[in-house]
Amino acid sequence: MAKRIDVKDLNLFYGKFHAVQQVSLSVPPRNVTAFIGPSGCGKSTVLRSLNRMHEVAPGARVEGTVQLDGEDIYASTVDPVQVRRTIGMVFQRPNPFPTMSIRDNVVAGLKLAGVKNKKQLDEVAERSLRGANLWNEVKDRMDRPGGGLSGGQQQRLCIARAIAVQPDVLLMDEPCSALDPISTLAIEDLITELKKDYTIVIVTHNMQQAARVSDQTAFFNLLGVGQPGQLIEVDDTEKIFSNPTQKATEDYISGRFG
Amino acid sequence: MSDPVVVKPPGGTGPAGAPRGAAANTPAPPPEAPIPPQTEVEPKSPHVRPGDRIFKGLATGSGVFIVALIGAIGVFLLVQAIPSLALDNVNFLFSREWSTGDVGNMRFGILDLFLVTVVSAAFALIIAMPIALGIALFLTQYAPRRLARPFAYVIDLLAAVPSIIFGLWGLFVLGPVLTPIGEWLISSLGFIPLFAKGNVSIALGGTIFTAGIVLAVMILPIITAVSREVFDRTPGPHVEGAIALGATKWEVVRTTVLPFGKAGYVSASMLGLGRALGETIALTIILSATGSSFGWSLFDGGATFASKIALAAPEFNDPRSAGAYIAAGLVLFVLTFVVNAIARSIVAGRKEYE
Amino acid sequence: MSTDTADLSRLATPPTFQSVSTARKAKNLTATVLVGLAFLIAVVPLVWVLYTVVQRGFPVVLNADWWQKSLSGLLSRQTGGGVYHAIYGTLVQGLVCGLISVPIGLFVAVYLVEYGGRSRLSKATTFMVDILTGVPSIVAALFVYSLWITTFGFGRSGFAVSLALVLLMVPVIVRTTEEMLKIVPDELREASYALGIPKWKTIVKIVIPTALSGILTGVMLALARVMGETAPVLVLAAYAPYINYNLFDGPMASLPLLMTSERNNPTEAGFDRIWGAAITLVLIITLFNLLATVISRWLAPKTK
Repeated sequence: MAKRIDVKDLNLFYGKFHAVQQVSLSVPPRNVTAFIGPSGCGKSTVLRSLNRMHEVAPGARVEGTVQLDGEDIYASTVDPVQVRRTIGMVFQRPNPFPTMSIRDNVVAGLKLAGVKNKKQLDEVAERSLRGANLWNEVKDRMDRPGGGLSGGQQQRLCIARAIAVQPDVLLMDEPCSALDPISTLAIEDLITELKKDYTIVIVTHNMQQAARVSDQTAFFNLLGVGQPGQLIEVDDTEKIFSNPTQKATEDYISGRFG
Repeated sequence: MSDPVVVKPPGGTGPAGAPRGAAANTPAPPPEAPIPPQTEVEPKSPHVRPGDRIFKGLATGSGVFIVALIGAIGVFLLVQAIPSLALDNVNFLFSREWSTGDVGNMRFGILDLFLVTVVSAAFALIIAMPIALGIALFLTQYAPRRLARPFAYVIDLLAAVPSIIFGLWGLFVLGPVLTPIGEWLISSLGFIPLFAKGNVSIALGGTIFTAGIVLAVMILPIITAVSREVFDRTPGPHVEGAIALGATKWEVVRTTVLPFGKAGYVSASMLGLGRALGETIALTIILSATGSSFGWSLFDGGATFASKIALAAPEFNDPRSAGAYIAAGLVLFVLTFVVNAIARSIVAGRKEYE
Repeated sequence: MSTDTADLSRLATPPTFQSVSTARKAKNLTATVLVGLAFLIAVVPLVWVLYTVVQRGFPVVLNADWWQKSLSGLLSRQTGGGVYHAIYGTLVQGLVCGLISVPIGLFVAVYLVEYGGRSRLSKATTFMVDILTGVPSIVAALFVYSLWITTFGFGRSGFAVSLALVLLMVPVIVRTTEEMLKIVPDELREASYALGIPKWKTIVKIVIPTALSGILTGVMLALARVMGETAPVLVLAAYAPYINYNLFDGPMASLPLLMTSERNNPTEAGFDRIWGAAITLVLIITLFNLLATVISRWLAPKTK
C-alpha cells in the first residue's frame, strides 16, 4: 500500500506569480520525509501539489510531473478526486466536520463515496481510531460531535479520518503547529507508528520535530521577496542536520536566519 | 500502479479504487505480480465527473436564470405595453389624464402618477434619513453592547410588519391624529405651495402627508440596517486614535464614524427611496382618490404608480387597458432599477476601496 | 503638579486634567440625547401599530369559529364566520412559493460562492440579485400577469400569486444563503477534497449542512415576509369567501386579499374581519419568526 513519489521539474504558479521553481525529489515508501524552510518558501505549496490540492486555489497552475509509483498524477486521464483518495492529507489546523459525530467524521470519506454497510463502517471507524491512538479516548462517545474534542484529539481525529480511506501516502501540513506540546508529542509518536504502513510527507516549521520524526529532509528556501521558492537540498535527515552540503541549509539549521 | 485494491475495504471504494490502474507502466519491482489495469466502469477521461458537471451546470444555470429574469421582466412589460401605448391619444409621459375605460379612446399619461410617487417617496426619505442615521449611530456607538442586539431586533421587527397593516394603521389611526397638525400647517404655512390646502378632504387624512409619514416608518428599518452595517466596519484604530486625542463621544463619531460611513449611509437611503417608490398597498389604502390633478401640496391626494395599478388590477380584463397600467408599471420598474443601481454602485465602489 | 500632600485644599496648578469645555460637553450631550431620541421615535410606531392590531383584532380571533369556518354564505353585515379559507390560501401560496424559491435561491448562492469566483457572469448575477431585491412587488405581479395570464393564457389563481412571490423571495434567499456559505471555513472544503470527495458532494454533504441552520432561518424569515405581500394577490388572484383547495384554478382567498376586499364593506362585521385578519397575519408571521429562531438553535453545529 505505501508507494513512492517521484517529483520531476515541478514548477508551481498562483496566477502570474511563480511560487515554486524546478523541484525534483523522490520520496521512498514507508519513510517520513520532512519539508523544512523559512515562511513563504513554498514547502506547503509543494506538499499540496502532491495530491492535486494546489489546483483548488483559483488561478493555480502546475508544470512538471509528480509520479506515484511511476504513474503521473497530472496525466490528462487522471481524475484529481481519485488522486486525493489515494494520497491523504492532514491540515495545519484540525478541521473535523462540525455537523458530524466522531464516528461519522472518521468514516466520512467512505460514507460519501457510497459505502452504506454499517458493520463495515463501524469496523473501519474502530480500526482507524486505533491507528490514530484515539480509540480509547472516544470509544464511549462515538455519537458526540467531533467539535467537542480537544485540539490534539481533533487533530488525531483528522488523521483517523485520513487513514480511514486507506490511502497510500499521507501528507501532513504542519500538523502540530496549532497544538500544545503534549498533543504534539502524541502526534509525533503516531507518525512514527504510521510510517510502518504509509509513505509520509510532513511540512514543519519546527526543526527539532523534523529531526525527531523524519528519515529524509528537504530544505526549501527563497532567494528574495517575490522570487520563487526553491529546493536547496534533500538528503537523509541525519546528514542534513549534521553535515549539509549547502551553506544556506547550514545557516538555516543553525538558526542564522528563518 | 500495480497495486491491487485489496487493502480497500470491500465495496468501500465503489468506482473509486480503479483509476490508478490506468497506467501499468510501473517499473517498480514490488513483490506482487503486476495486476493488469483493473478496468472498472470508471471512464478514462474523467477531467470533470458527471456529478460535478451536472451540479455546476445547475448552479451556473441558476445564475444565468437570475440575469435573464431581470431582462425578461423588462421585455415582457414592454411587449405588453407597446400596443396600448400605440392606442394612447395623449402624450404618455407628459399628460395628467388617465382614462382607460373606453378602449376606443384611451387617454393616459403618467405625469401625475410620477409626481405623486416621487413627492411622497422624497417626503418619506426626508423624514426617515435623519432618524435612521440617529438609530444607526445609537445602535452601533451609543447603546450598551449587551442591549444593542435586542434593540436592533426591535427595529428589524418594523420590517416584519406587513405593509397592508401599516396602510390600515395609517388610514384609520394615524391619519385622524395627523389631521389637526395638518390643519395647523395649512393655516400657518399655507402660503408655501407645499403646505397649501390640498385637493382632498384633510379630515379623512388620505393625503400625501400621511402617506409619506407611514412610508418613512416603513423604510426606516432598511436604511438603518445598511447604515448600521457600514458604521460597524469603522476601523478600530481610527476610533482609538480619536479617543486618544481626548475627543468626546460625539467628536469621535463626527470625525471617524460619519466620514467613513457616509457613502454607505447615502446608498442605504437610496435603497430606502427605491422601496418607498415601489410601495403599493399601504399607499393604495391611504391615499384618497381625487379627480383634480396634483398641485404640489403635501395635502393633496392622488395615486402613485403602484397604487394606481393596484386599484385597477382586479378589473384587468381587456389587454389594451391592462397594457396602459403595465406601461406605468414599466416606468416604475425603470425608476426603481435606476435608483437601486445607483445605491448598489455606491456600496460596491466603497467595498473595493476598502 | 504639587507634591505637597499636606495641603489638600490647595488646587495643584496647572490641573492634572484639562477640563473639557462646556460647549464641547453640551454638543456631546445634545448628540447623545438626539440619537437616543431617534431610537425611541422608531419604537413609537411599532408599538402603536401592534397595539392597534391587538386591540381591534384580538376579541375577534378569540372565537373558535374564526379558525374553523370560512365566510361562505355570510352577508357582508353578518358577524361570525371565520377565515380558515384565507389562512389556507396564505400558507399554501407561501409554501409553494418557498418550494420553488428555495432550490433556485440555493443554487444561485452556491454558484456565487463556490463556482462563480470573479467571473463576469458572477458579477452580473450579484448585481441582478440586488436589483431583484429592489423590484416593487407590484412590478413582480405585473410581470407574472403578462407572462402567465396574458402570454400563456392561464387564469388568475393562487399559483400565479406564488410565482410572483418567487420573484420577491429568491433574492432574499440568495443573500442569506450566500452569507452563510461564505462563513463556512475553506478548511472544511479542503478536508473534504483531501478525502477524495468530489466538489459537488463536498458542497451537498459538507458545506450546505454546515450552513443549514442559517439558511433555514433565512428561508423562514423570507416566508414570513412574502406571506404578508398584498400587491401580487390583488393583481393575480380573485377573492373567494369560501375555501378553495385548488391552487391552480378558481378564486382563492388569502389574508391580505380578504383584508382588501373587506375594505369595501363599511359595516361592523367588515371592520372586525379586517382587524381579525390583520392579527391573524401578524400571528402567522410571528410563528414563522419563532420557527426561524428554533431552527437556528436546533440545527446549529454543536460542540458538546
